[in-house]
Amino acid sequence: MADVTAQNTQKSWLARAADSDLWYSFCRSPVTIVSAILTVLFFVSAIFANWIAPHNPFDLASISIMDASLPPAWMEGSDPRFWLGTDDQGRDIFSTIIFGARISLFVGFASVIFSMILGISLGLISGYVGGRLDAFIMRVADIQLSFPAILIALLIDGVARGVLPRAMHQDLVFYVLIFAIGISGWVQYARTVRGSTLVEKNKEYVQAARVIGIGPLIILWRHILPNVMGPVLVIATIHLAIAVITEATLSFLGVGVPPTTPSLGTLIRIGNDFLFSGEWWITIFPGIALVLLVLAINLLGDWLRDALNPKLR
Amino acid sequence: MLTFIAKRLVQSILVMLTVGLIAFSLFRYVGDPINNMVGQDTSLEERVELKEKLGLNDGFLLQFGRFAVNAAQGNFGFSYQHRRPVSDLIAERLPATLELSLVSAFLAMAIGIPMGVYTAIRRNSWLSHSFMTLSLVGISLPTFLIGILLILLFGVVLRWLPTFGRGDVVQLGWWSTGLLTASGLKSLIMPAITLALFQMTLIMRLVRSEMLEVMRTDFVKFARARGLAERYVNFVVALKNTMVPVITITGLQLGSIIAFAIITESVFQWPGMGLLFIQAVGNVDIPIMAAYLVLIAFFFVVINLIVDMLYVVVDPRLRVDSAGGH
Amino acid sequence: MLGKTLKALLVGTTIVAGASAANAETFRWAFQGDAQTLDPHGLFETLTLGFQGNIYEGLVKRNDKMEIVGALAESWENIEPTVWRFKLRPGVKFHNGNDLKADDVVFSVNRLNTEGSDMKVVAALIKEAKAVDDLTVDIITPTPNPILPNQFEIFYIMDKQWAEENKATEATNVKGGDEGNHANLNANGTGPFIVKSRQTGVKTVLTRNPDYWDKNMRSNVTEAIFTPIAQDATRVAALISGNVDLAYPMPVQDWKRLESAEGVKPLAGPEARTIFLGFDQLRDELTASNIKGKNPFKDVRVRKAFIHAINVDAIKQKVMRGASIPAGLMVAPQINGYSAAMNARPAYDIEAAKKLMQEAGYADGFEVTMDCPNDRYVNDEQICQASAAMLAKINVKVNLLAQTKSKYFGKVLAQNGYDTSFFLLGWTPSTFDSHNVISSLIACRGGEDKIGSFNLGGYCNPKINELTAKIQSETDQAKRQAMIDEVFKIHQDEVGHIPLHQQPLSWGVSDKVEVVQRPDNQFDLRYAVVKK
Repeated sequence: MADVTAQNTQKSWLARAADSDLWYSFCRSPVTIVSAILTVLFFVSAIFANWIAPHNPFDLASISIMDASLPPAWMEGSDPRFWLGTDDQGRDIFSTIIFGARISLFVGFASVIFSMILGISLGLISGYVGGRLDAFIMRVADIQLSFPAILIALLIDGVARGVLPRAMHQDLVFYVLIFAIGISGWVQYARTVRGSTLVEKNKEYVQAARVIGIGPLIILWRHILPNVMGPVLVIATIHLAIAVITEATLSFLGVGVPPTTPSLGTLIRIGNDFLFSGEWWITIFPGIALVLLVLAINLLGDWLRDALNPKLR
Repeated sequence: MLTFIAKRLVQSILVMLTVGLIAFSLFRYVGDPINNMVGQDTSLEERVELKEKLGLNDGFLLQFGRFAVNAAQGNFGFSYQHRRPVSDLIAERLPATLELSLVSAFLAMAIGIPMGVYTAIRRNSWLSHSFMTLSLVGISLPTFLIGILLILLFGVVLRWLPTFGRGDVVQLGWWSTGLLTASGLKSLIMPAITLALFQMTLIMRLVRSEMLEVMRTDFVKFARARGLAERYVNFVVALKNTMVPVITITGLQLGSIIAFAIITESVFQWPGMGLLFIQAVGNVDIPIMAAYLVLIAFFFVVINLIVDMLYVVVDPRLRVDSAGGH
Repeated sequence: MLGKTLKALLVGTTIVAGASAANAETFRWAFQGDAQTLDPHGLFETLTLGFQGNIYEGLVKRNDKMEIVGALAESWENIEPTVWRFKLRPGVKFHNGNDLKADDVVFSVNRLNTEGSDMKVVAALIKEAKAVDDLTVDIITPTPNPILPNQFEIFYIMDKQWAEENKATEATNVKGGDEGNHANLNANGTGPFIVKSRQTGVKTVLTRNPDYWDKNMRSNVTEAIFTPIAQDATRVAALISGNVDLAYPMPVQDWKRLESAEGVKPLAGPEARTIFLGFDQLRDELTASNIKGKNPFKDVRVRKAFIHAINVDAIKQKVMRGASIPAGLMVAPQINGYSAAMNARPAYDIEAAKKLMQEAGYADGFEVTMDCPNDRYVNDEQICQASAAMLAKINVKVNLLAQTKSKYFGKVLAQNGYDTSFFLLGWTPSTFDSHNVISSLIACRGGEDKIGSFNLGGYCNPKINELTAKIQSETDQAKRQAMIDEVFKIHQDEVGHIPLHQQPLSWGVSDKVEVVQRPDNQFDLRYAVVKK
């Protein structure tokens, strides 16, 4: 009996994911297809950056200052080795974008996963246990929701700077960032999951599972969680875009990723110093890459939300 | 109704106390108040004496109580970098941030709402589609990038608008305003647009989805069925019902506009609280960080409270037993 | 009611604007940071002191040709080897109307020694100050000091009575946690400009002092507005769009843009500031390296390898856009004691460098953290990045720790126990004399002579300290030069530091104004003219 319901819920989720409607709406929307392709391209090149990028911008021994500030390949004075030009240190822009996107995506992904785990756990607990604990968690969520993510991230970064010794902060900067961006995003997950949990927990199959003595953890994991994965996926997609932007903003403000291992935001900040001198490519190409990446993810999220929301069809 | 307001008030005070506690911990444990006050040659005895004098040996609750009382009176101690009372610094810069934020909020609503209405009514027109796509581009463009591009275009290439600061300000008592001088108004344009853009797209999308919801409701269908003019149905019946949640959420967004001003202010060197705050983060100037946090929380609480009370006025049936109302 | 006030205010402002429009010459300028304090003895920093120099004055000043001329003192002479007598200019008034008297000078000397003073370097030059009469003051030095007047430009005189009335008799230290005293935010000098309003970090407005003693001052500026603009791009944009008349520093890469933009131009010149790298040669083990139990920088071969591995010409060409002057000495050509013959650098030679590393037993290199400011010198962080890439070619892995100047200085200076293994620093001798460089940067630190306090790496050769004392009191120029040369020779042979270059001064000015650019990167409003 228990196995049967588990299979059913699992199947219903899987089925929904591979729903022919979903696939149909995907195929029907060229914008979505393009953004999916873009997103996949970004991910693949980020993961395989070492093989795809023509140069390794983090390997100091391989870069030469004499190659600095070369324009893109179609302009005068360029070097065919660097088709998008080089930055002020002689790093290949194309390669730094690939490696920078990798850092942006890594920080973004890690913070999304962090918020997701935190938010889902708290949401499940809140919804399933209810009572005072629920009220408390939701109150904290309310308070936190009043503070924009960027402010929370800035504060945490500021505190980390105050608490950690300088050299250590440099080593831990990624973790500080992931924590700062991640902690500021859990509320949406928690609220959504809590809402669904409240609905699901009173459904008959959950009641039945409870009656036959299945522990609450297993119920949460096998019966309730699969049902909330759809909306969570939508939130996660949009959150990834926000996380990437937040990371870029922090790096732009100079409190994020250091320039020796630049993310897209750091690249834009560095390039910003060269905008007036006519070396626009140092800032514009990473800027375009960032906007494309975020736009593609946002478009996917948008489509996913509409596709999973039957009311809008 | 009175109990509802009382309950909300108690909650607000609790929120402020929580935020105050965080700010106090920042103040007391992150920035070492003693180290920031004395010189390098100050002897250990003098440090101990100073610690006693400042009451840093007292119990936690006593110290927190003192901090809360001081904070309630606007006293946050001295900034490490500026060597001036934090309250003075904030008072000096508050007008700049509030003017920028209010103008941006107005811009965002004035443009965002009509766009949202249009995209809801003409869901499938090409203009709606381009609005929707544009709004996604707007959300995907980081604020700082918009600021840089505006500066490059209107400040440097075309030389139409000033690229930094507030221009000339007029002092009205303690309030300094840039709205009364030509250079002040010109300086406001680019930062206000930069700050408004993101909120604008947000409002547009919100209005659109609320309006679509409302238009699916029975009474709109019923109004239409009764043969009321399409225009009347759209703009009077549907829009009226859309506006309540939209205005609420927009009101709440004002708080986040103030916070997002941090980025805009740092791109345009706008001398507001955000710039003060970001410099404080860079220099670990804890008193400013603590004060800014408390102040922003205070804004949020007050706005929330007003919105809640308005709700009561508009809709007395409102029940508040479920957490996470909106 | 409110409307009325508003109207009154508006009328008020228009009247003021109308009245001053007739002969108002407003000058607006921007720098990357704000003056840290208005207290003339609170912080030894170029911008802060330079800014205060428009409000306060010293006994002497430098004119537009950088010559020392009288300011508050009309004349001075060395009446005994250790006594300098200054005759004060009669009829000089402070901004509050008080007369300048010898007592004020004595008071200011004493104020240099108060706890909050950051001008103890200047205080150390003086043993005692005595008022002979109202307009004569004797400065007694601990040892004969032939160049004392040259060292006095940045020693500003404060009104004793004003300080006493406002409880500002002690210098207020910028590093304090309170408001400091009255002098921190208020000023009462004798200079050509009076502080009208000040918002720290935002804007300071100065107005012309109508009673300024020097009626021949070149400037026609009646109001001067100073705005700190931290971001390079914003500062450049502010100049190009006409929001400010002078902005500095300008990123060197933007010179072309400034040349082509209408109404503005770059103003460049060689700065007397030498940029150099230094290494910790004192500790037995580096604090930030993977080599344990020994310090590779104690081996002169490693230091030589470094100097061969750094390609200064590439830095000049690519990072500094051709605008720097590669240096072999720790002093710039403008500095007294510079010798062109000694300014040659060891050649850029990777093979030689590798060989030296091998001989020293570090063929596989090592790892070291480099401290670098990112908002202090022209393209400082980029220079460090480029150096790190060059050192990677001899297998040295440099971990770059680039931070804002306040944090950088907070880490590497004496106050924090010289916590650095490898660093970049720049230096302009405020006296424009080599002695300042030798005693601050090259002499052994921590000795009884209390010199070498900015010798961050702890390079030490006792012979140099002996010579330093002699150079200080030697009056014969030829002998003095010989000793200076000897010090620099020892320092070069032992590679105490790696001089890189003199950085360029990089200002941007509007065509509407004329200014004088000083080689120490100070801006003096006395020479600023708004064209009609």
